[in-house]
Amino acid sequence: MIDLSRRKLILTGLAATAGASGLAVAARLAQKYGLVPPDHGGICGLGETLTFASQRLLTRHSLAREFPPSQISPRPFPNELAPLTEDFKRLQARGFAEWGLSIDGLVVQPASFSISELKSYPSRSHITELVCEEGWSYIAEWIGVPLSYVLHLVGVHPQARYVVYVSMEPNTWESIDMADALHPQTFLCYGMNGNELPVAHGGPLRMRLPRQLGYKNIKFITRLTVTDSLKKFGKGVGSAASEAGYAWYAGI
Amino acid sequence: METLESMQVPVEACISSSVSTAPVTTLPPRHSVLVRITHWIITLCFFALLLTGVEAAWIAVLTGLLYAISGLFTGHFRKDLLPGRADLSWRALSTSIAKPLRLERPSEAEACSYNVLQRLTYLFVIFVLFPLVIWTGLALSPAFISAFPASVTLLGGRQSARTIHFFVSVALVLFLLVHVAMVCLAGFGRRTGAMITGRTATRKEHT
Repeated sequence: MIDLSRRKLILTGLAATAGASGLAVAARLAQKYGLVPPDHGGICGLGETLTFASQRLLTRHSLAREFPPSQISPRPFPNELAPLTEDFKRLQARGFAEWGLSIDGLVVQPASFSISELKSYPSRSHITELVCEEGWSYIAEWIGVPLSYVLHLVGVHPQARYVVYVSMEPNTWESIDMADALHPQTFLCYGMNGNELPVAHGGPLRMRLPRQLGYKNIKFITRLTVTDSLKKFGKGVGSAASEAGYAWYAGI
Repeated sequence: METLESMQVPVEACISSSVSTAPVTTLPPRHSVLVRITHWIITLCFFALLLTGVEAAWIAVLTGLLYAISGLFTGHFRKDLLPGRADLSWRALSTSIAKPLRLERPSEAEACSYNVLQRLTYLFVIFVLFPLVIWTGLALSPAFISAFPASVTLLGGRQSARTIHFFVSVALVLFLLVHVAMVCLAGFGRRTGAMITGRTATRKEHT
């Protein structure tokens, strides 16, 4: 009887140790392969981590569905805009000629680009669905320069893990990991349905990544920062939206 | 055994013939441990998911998978949920519909297993509604459908996937309401107790 319980005790101990070290190894591996989102803490963190990790494993290179031109929505819904700032209106009055996108952080050559410079680079387009957390969606043609092209221009250091992007709207900033930043459908987007990108849809420049919900596709972007850690940005959970309780990874 | 003598049900009504020779203390539980645990985890997740919660979805789906796989291996679906051939008659069906509509309380013997209507409903919820709500939910994920586009094109696009998702959610809520109403009709305390402790043996209630 004593032998039996001792054996049981040892086996239970071994099993618990194996389980705990298995979990620790899994956590290490997940960290190493970039499968842990910045908002992994808190009560919903485990769910966020499982979603992000499993989707990264399943969809790292998948392409968002593209549609034929006949499917383009006739009346794309312009999301409600916060009042435009005086700075924005000044730039708008001059046709955004002085709009600048600066890139800094872990890059070889920090730089700033005007809209016309961005337009001089190879232009790409895709007809994809913009999907809002609120439920509505529409299909449009999005025109821009792939973010990966501009990142290659400035030269990204190998330890880079995230790109933080900041809007001219107050307290609006987001970040994505390098898998999304280098994804071929992720655009610095300046055109829509064959025209300039309307202000109502984020003109002159918005981020467009069709594999995540609308709120990652923020409007009026003026600054990109390449970084190896999101800890020093805001509260360290990766974006203004996730500070407000939204998921940082919005592939959902 | 005091409890057994006072039971209103013949013992054979609740135990299968293979164990009828075993001592009475091994009376099998009304619901297995696994069914009881998964039932309450799913209940909590269900309420959480009516509001929101990716995390609750993960727990619900993993728990549901555990339930489905073990149900296949233990014969739970075959024994407890698949209706017998004799039960699949209009007469059996109409009786099982009419009785609760007349607010007739099921006898203890009837409460020991599911009638044909319950069996068909549970099978429909487990093998149609839950898989459908998971599928239509995944079809709303822009990243998931980038890897598996057929999952949303088969449903007729994102907005119809969303409509189906809401209709199935409403159907699940209706199931929950009727389920709880039936539990109340059959005796809330006793039936809930059976889902918590697994035991149905009760004190004699009437003279």
